[in-house]
Amino acid sequence: MTNVKNVFIVGVGGQGIILAGKVFSAGLVGAGYDVKMSEVHGMSQRGGNVTTQVRFGDKVYSPIIGKGEAHLILALEKMEALRWAEYLKPDGKIVLNDFAVPSAPILSGKAIYPENIVDSFKGKTDILIVKANDIAEELGNLKVTNMVMVGAMIKALDLSHIDWDEIIRREVKEKFIDINILALKRGMEAI
Amino acid sequence: MKELMTGNEAVARGAWEAGVTVASAYPGTPSTEILENIAHYQEIYGEWAPNEKVALEVAIGGSIAGARSLASMKHVGLNVAADPLFTNAYTGIRGGLVIITADDPGMHSSQNEQDNRNYAKFAKIPMLEPSDSQEAKDFFIEAIKISEEFDTPVILRMTTRVCHSKGLVELGERELIPIKEYKKEINKYVATPANAKVMRVKLEERLKNLAEYSERTPLNRVEWGDKKIGIIISGVSYQYAKEVFGDKASYFKLGFSYPLPLDKIKAFASEVEELYVVEELDPFIEEQLKAAGIQCIGKEKIPLIGELNPAIIAQSLTGEIKSSIDCDMDNVVPRPPTMCSGCPHRGLFYVLGKKSRDIIITGDIGCYTLASADPLRAMDTCICMGASISAGHGVQKAFEKNNVDKKVFAVIGDSTFFHSGITGLMNIVYNKGNATTIILDNRITGMTGHQENPGTGYTLKGEKTNMIDIAKLCEGIGVKKIKTINPLNLEETAEAIEEAMDVTEPMVIIAKWPCALKRLWPEEKELYGNTRSKLYVNEDRCSGCKACIRTGCPSIAFINGKAHIDDSMCVGCAVCQQVCRFGAIQRQGGEGQ
Ligand SMILES: Cc1ncc(C[n+]2csc(CCOP(=O)(O)OP(=O)(O)O)c2C)c(N)n1
Repeated sequence: MTNVKNVFIVGVGGQGIILAGKVFSAGLVGAGYDVKMSEVHGMSQRGGNVTTQVRFGDKVYSPIIGKGEAHLILALEKMEALRWAEYLKPDGKIVLNDFAVPSAPILSGKAIYPENIVDSFKGKTDILIVKANDIAEELGNLKVTNMVMVGAMIKALDLSHIDWDEIIRREVKEKFIDINILALKRGMEAI
Repeated sequence: MKELMTGNEAVARGAWEAGVTVASAYPGTPSTEILENIAHYQEIYGEWAPNEKVALEVAIGGSIAGARSLASMKHVGLNVAADPLFTNAYTGIRGGLVIITADDPGMHSSQNEQDNRNYAKFAKIPMLEPSDSQEAKDFFIEAIKISEEFDTPVILRMTTRVCHSKGLVELGERELIPIKEYKKEINKYVATPANAKVMRVKLEERLKNLAEYSERTPLNRVEWGDKKIGIIISGVSYQYAKEVFGDKASYFKLGFSYPLPLDKIKAFASEVEELYVVEELDPFIEEQLKAAGIQCIGKEKIPLIGELNPAIIAQSLTGEIKSSIDCDMDNVVPRPPTMCSGCPHRGLFYVLGKKSRDIIITGDIGCYTLASADPLRAMDTCICMGASISAGHGVQKAFEKNNVDKKVFAVIGDSTFFHSGITGLMNIVYNKGNATTIILDNRITGMTGHQENPGTGYTLKGEKTNMIDIAKLCEGIGVKKIKTINPLNLEETAEAIEEAMDVTEPMVIIAKWPCALKRLWPEEKELYGNTRSKLYVNEDRCSGCKACIRTGCPSIAFINGKAHIDDSMCVGCAVCQQVCRFGAIQRQGGEGQ
C-alpha cells in the first residue's frame, strides 16, 4: 500500500475531466498497475465542479482518498485547485492550469473571483503552472486543454515511459487522435 | 481478461454472464448506468419502465415466467417499489430475481440519505453488498444462484462509490440458462389472505435457512491480521478500512450481510481484543450484534451522517488527523449547478417567478428543481417524485377551506409526470381541484443524463416506439383546459399563466421545448433544430439594470456595470432579449438569423 499514488483531478463541467481520467487510468492499467478510479459528475453538465480520483500501485483498496492524502492535484481551473487544496499531502504537488472559469455567483456580480490564487500557493507547496488553454488554442482546438494537462501530470509523476500515444489511439475518437497526441506532448514539455 | 469497469458496468456484465434475459429499471443516480450498459447486450431484453414499481413488477413477471430477471433503481426508487417487494418476498420466485438498490451516502445527487439495508431486514429478503467492481459482478451472479436455491428475491445493495468507481474486473463467459418450464401454481403466486398465511410461515423458515447459509458461505469471510483490533465491515467501507489498517487489524468481511452470520461473528469477536463495526449510515449491523449480546463499538465513533472515507475512519478510530497545506479558502466561491444556457425551463420559471406574491409553486424533482435556487427562486416545495401535483392539490384545498386567496401551480417534468404525476392529476380532476399543472416537457429525462421515457418515442435501446401524447393523456382523464406553449416565448408563457390565474377548474399547461443538450432525433430536428444565431449586448444601450442577469443564464456575466454574453456558450434562445427593456440585446447578423 505504501507505494500507492493518489491523484486528484479537479475542474469544471465541460473541461473534459472524465476523458482525462480515462486516458490516464488506461495508461496505468496497460503498464501493469492495479488501478482504482472514482468520479463525481452528477451535475457536470450543469456548470458544477467535477472531480476524478485515480489511485494506482501494486494493490489498491479504496477508490477514494480523504483530506491530506493526494500526492498530486491536477487542476484544470484555478479556483478549483483552491477548493480541493486540503486534499493535498503536505509534500504533494499541484499542477495547475492558469485559467479561470467564473461560477454563477461571480457571473451575476454577487461574488468576486479570488485574486492571486497562484501566488497564494507559492511557498506552501510545489506548484507547476501550465498555460494549457493557450497551448490548446495554439494547437487549434480548445477541447484538448485536458490532454495538455494530462501530459504535464505524466511528466510530474515520472510516467513518461508509458506508451501514451498508443493509449490515446485507443481511447480517443479517430479524427481527434493526432491533435490529442500533440497536446499531450506539449503538456509534457510545458513543465 | 481484465477490464477497468465501474461497479454499474460490472453489474450489467454480471447479469449477462448469469444468463439474465429480462431487465427493467427507472433511471436514478447512481444506478442509471446499469440499464444503460445492459442495453448493449443483445441477449437481454432491457427497458426503461415509467417508475420503479413498474420495473420491479416487470422483473417479478419475468421471474414467474421462469427467466432470470433483474430490476435496478436508486435508493428512493425502492420506496416506490416497496409494495411488490414485500409480497414478492412471500411468493418467492421461479427464475432467479435480483433487485439492485443503489444508495447515495453523502447525498451527492439525492434528496435523502436513507439506508436501504433496512429493507432487507424489513422485507425479510437476503442481501449482498459488493465492495468493488469485481465483487459487483461476482456477487450479482451469486445473488441469482441464491435466489433460485432459496426461492426468494435477493437485494444487491450498492452505494455511489461502488457504482461509480472503476476497478479491474476479470471477465467470464455467459451461462446459457434455459427458461424454466411454466407451471400454474396458484397457491404460490396468488397472494390471497389464505395463501399468504401459508407463505408467511414459509418466509420465516426460509429466513432461518438463509441464516444458516450466511454462516457457511465464503461471501462472509475472516481475514486475520493483528488481533488487537477486529473490524466487522461490509460494502465499500471494507476497502477504506483495509487502506487504513492493512494487516494491523483482523476483518470480518460481510459480503452476505442479511441475515447476519451471528455465530461466526461471535467466534470472531471472542478472538479479538477490541471489536469495531465500521458501517456507513445506520447502525444496521451494530444493532443486530448488540441485540445478540455481542459487545462492539460502532456509532459512538463512526459518523452516522454522510459517506465515509479512509481518512474519516482513521480519525474516528485512531484519532489520527492527516495534515495538508495551509491555504486561505475563505474566498473560494461556490460553484452551484445552474440551468444550462438555452434551457427551456428558464423562460417558464422567469415568468412564473414574477407572480411569486400571488401564487404557491409546488415543485418536483428534476433539472427544474434548480428553479428554487438564486436568482429564480420560483419554487416552494420539492418532496419526492410526483408530489408537486398531489401536494399542490392539498395546498389548494387547504387554502379554499380556510379562505386564503392564493393560486397554486404544480410544476413537474415530463419523465416525472409519467413516473407518478398522472395519479395526482387524476385526483385533481376527480376531487374538483383547481390547481394548475405545468408539465415541463423537455422531451427527455434530463437530470439523470438523458434517458428516453414514454413521451419521447424511443426505447432504452434507441428503437422507435409509440409516443404517448401528454395532451391527449390529460384530455383522456378529463382535463378540459389544456394549453401547449413554447416556454422560451415569454409572451406566450405569460398569457397562459394569466389565463390559469382565473380558472376554477383543473388546467394543464404543457411547456414543450427540448432540453438544450438533447441530441435531437431526425424528426425532431425539423421541429426544433432551427439553429438561431447567438446574441450579443450592445453596450451603448445596456443600462446595467441586471434584468437579464436575473434569468440566471450562465452565458451572461455582469462586468463593470454592463451585461456581457459569452459567445462560446450562448445558444440564441433569446430569453434574455425578451426581458431587456432597452433593446440592448441583439442577434448577431440581425433579427431573423
Ligand atoms: C423515486 C425516484 N426515482 C428516481 C429519481 C431520480 N431522478 C431525479 S429527477 C429524475 C427525472 C427528471 O426528469 P424530468 O421529470 O423529465 O425532468 P428534467 O430533469 O428533464 O427537467 C429522476 C429520474 C428520484 N429522485 N426519485
